Amino acid sequence: MTAVTQAPPCRASAPGRLGRWGRALSRELTTVVITTFGLLLVTFFIARVVPIDPVLAVVGDRAPADVYEKARLALGLDKPLWHQFAIYVGKVFTGDLGTSVLTSQKVVDDIRTVFPATLELATLGTLIGVVIGVPLGILAAVNQGRWQDQIARVVGLIGYSVPVFWIGLMALLLFYAKLGWVAGPGRISVVWQDIVTTRTGVIMLDAALDGEWEAFWDAFSHLILPAAVLGLLSVAYVSRMTRSFMIGELQQQYVIAARVKGVSEAAVIWRHALRNAAVPLFTVIALSYMHLLEGSVLTETIFAWPGLGRYLTNALLNADMNAVLGGTLVVGVVFIGVNLLTDIIGRLADPRVR
Amino acid sequence: MRHVAKLMAVSAFAGLMTTTAVIAQTPKDTVVMAKQIDDIITLDPAEAFEFSGVEVGANVYDKLINIDIAKNNELIPDLAESWTVSPDNLTYTFKLRKGVKFHSGNPLTAADVVYSFQRAVTLNKSPGFILRQFGFVAENVLEKVKAVDENTVQITVSKPFAPTFFYNCLTSGVAAIVDSKLVKANEKDGDWGNGWLKLNSAGSGAYKVRSYRPNEQYTLDANESWYKGAPKSKRIVVRHVAEPASQRLLVEKGDVDIARNLSKDQLEAVKSNDAIKIVQGDKGYILYLGLNQKNPNLAKPEVREALKLLVDYASIEKNILEGTYKGHESFLPQGFLGAISDKPYSLNVAKAKELLAKAGLANGFTVTMDTRSVAPITDIAQAIQATWAQAGIKLEIIPGDGKQTLTKYRARTHDIYIGQWGPDYLDPHTNAETFAINEDNGEEAKSKTLAWRNAWDIPQMTKVTQGAVLESDAAKRKTTYEGLQRDHQKVSPFVIMFQQIEVSAERKNVNGWVIGPSSDTNRYATIVKN
Repeated sequence: MTAVTQAPPCRASAPGRLGRWGRALSRELTTVVITTFGLLLVTFFIARVVPIDPVLAVVGDRAPADVYEKARLALGLDKPLWHQFAIYVGKVFTGDLGTSVLTSQKVVDDIRTVFPATLELATLGTLIGVVIGVPLGILAAVNQGRWQDQIARVVGLIGYSVPVFWIGLMALLLFYAKLGWVAGPGRISVVWQDIVTTRTGVIMLDAALDGEWEAFWDAFSHLILPAAVLGLLSVAYVSRMTRSFMIGELQQQYVIAARVKGVSEAAVIWRHALRNAAVPLFTVIALSYMHLLEGSVLTETIFAWPGLGRYLTNALLNADMNAVLGGTLVVGVVFIGVNLLTDIIGRLADPRVR
Repeated sequence: MRHVAKLMAVSAFAGLMTTTAVIAQTPKDTVVMAKQIDDIITLDPAEAFEFSGVEVGANVYDKLINIDIAKNNELIPDLAESWTVSPDNLTYTFKLRKGVKFHSGNPLTAADVVYSFQRAVTLNKSPGFILRQFGFVAENVLEKVKAVDENTVQITVSKPFAPTFFYNCLTSGVAAIVDSKLVKANEKDGDWGNGWLKLNSAGSGAYKVRSYRPNEQYTLDANESWYKGAPKSKRIVVRHVAEPASQRLLVEKGDVDIARNLSKDQLEAVKSNDAIKIVQGDKGYILYLGLNQKNPNLAKPEVREALKLLVDYASIEKNILEGTYKGHESFLPQGFLGAISDKPYSLNVAKAKELLAKAGLANGFTVTMDTRSVAPITDIAQAIQATWAQAGIKLEIIPGDGKQTLTKYRARTHDIYIGQWGPDYLDPHTNAETFAINEDNGEEAKSKTLAWRNAWDIPQMTKVTQGAVLESDAAKRKTTYEGLQRDHQKVSPFVIMFQQIEVSAERKNVNGWVIGPSSDTNRYATIVKN
């Protein structure tokens, strides 16, 4: 599903920069279109061949035969598969992802409400990952083999290997139930419910726009714990990758040259080595962000967070095919989009490609 | 970089400090529940047929007749003040209560009752059959359900059914009375307002829907001018919390007042908390095994009886289900007319082995069981696997999700299905019909009851069960069902094991929450916080 492309080799006698850019962009766009179509095709057919009767999701187990048949026809399940697919693709192109059986709302509207919740969580999670993970990785690389490195390793191990639902529950037990530092499961307290006007769907942003600062802090205290739990995963990943990139850079000749020149150690690390490690590191961070944007089912379940991951899982378990297809499509498009963006930024940041 | 990090740390710390002050208990006049509400498909009473959707309807709409759960599920007047039935048991006349108003302020009249019946019958969604079984179809419903005057409704049914049967069906959600003017105003493309009612309400009941966000929350506001008097709490907020462990933390912290879906482990844990008390009530859900009679081994009567003797009911109840289910071995749940408490079976490996030998299967056999991968179903299946092995029966558990196992069950391609069955309405016929009627055992049968799904061909029992629904003498009707269940226990391919108990954990200051026998009777109006 990824569309990572290698940076083209740098040639001295390159044609105009614009032409090269145009070609690269059109290649990227072709990849995007093909990937998206492939995604649609595969999801659609997987959804249709699973041994689950989608009519059951509409009428339930008790419906008499005539009600069942009516619902089957309404879903268009009597038509041949390719025909169903053609109808579906046609609708998708007009921005219609169909209606969810479970929520009886348009899938587009559903996603518009669940995606901001996931976006909020993923963004803060990634931010935590970067703010803690990058310095931790650098610290470990610079102090390779010493206690700082060991601490970073343990943090990484915990983030990688301890199941997230366990960390989530333990964190709730400690910070919410025992210490009372943060608010419990849910996105906002009942007192603030329906007070903040929904504009973006990101509650903190909406509260800030309304100037409801108490609601803002309430939303923040609900968000911080699940974000920190996701952030821990991100910290683990980002710090390990930062460490290995930095170790690689610190062994390069330009680092030795800089040290010989008498450049301060801080400048060597932050200005020289980190800047070179930044390009691959950026890809890593983007990947981890994309991963979080797909929604984390377990975290969302434990923290009663109405996000995309839970929406998709619920749809899957209930054979709500429009929601599954629509959700997968959105995840796929976001994935491809962030990938494309990373590529472009990578190109801009890398002087050899620029 | 360093400055940014410092700034982040400072602001995060400041955030944490502030939030400790913000966390508040729930508002005094608002009752907050944590509940799994992702089963809701719609709030339209003519379509809702899942626990949570029906429960909303029960608090938003009134019906002609209702049930008093405090008096052993006795029928009581609701919107109908009184009613009579003609001597031939075909025509019912309901006198409506005067002066009742909908939430919109529109007066409730006989026209609304007619419209509500017409709407449910014509829409014919999942629960529509509860009314349609009395002979109403879209074409004749206006002849069969008539407004005699502003406050009188006359309903004619197709057969001389037992009046208790008809009354009991009128207490179910599909027979709720909707505000015809409001619904008509929100109709779109002849959908009878179905699209609008999925998310809104047009009732006269204790509460009105303030907002509903699927998979997230619904909020109900009190109807201060409810004909029974204003509900005790001004607002009910029900939040979707999928994880029982999270529900437990929320109720222990006081961020919710009632937690609705605690599992056995969580219940045990909150029992020791002084701020929490437990409320429980019998639910109609039956947990059973269905033995497909297409499997030649399972079709042998000795094998069916042996399998019933090879379930360790007592230990499953104690070790797996404690507090959430209780032993129950007949198809009518406790609380229903004609329910019996006979428990003829308990674990008896020796006797089961004898029966298997008689059936020519002394060395046992291999059989599969489609099992939904959720607690407690999987655990029960494993417990059964262990005891069946003692008699040489090798049980292969085929795991799957709910819709997957159900699809197979409905196509009759299973060997054994382990599942639950809940009554559709509060009358014995609902379970009797599905467990003991199979009019046509062919693949293309019109009525696919549970007996049909297990390919159990029972012309004689079908007749008896169909007769019971026409028995106008309530006492005789009761006796018929009792006898029917005792026969059923002996010969049926259903290993009926347990009946569900619904349990809530609530804060000590919450009073008046009573769990009824069905979602139609889970009422919020009496809940109050001190």
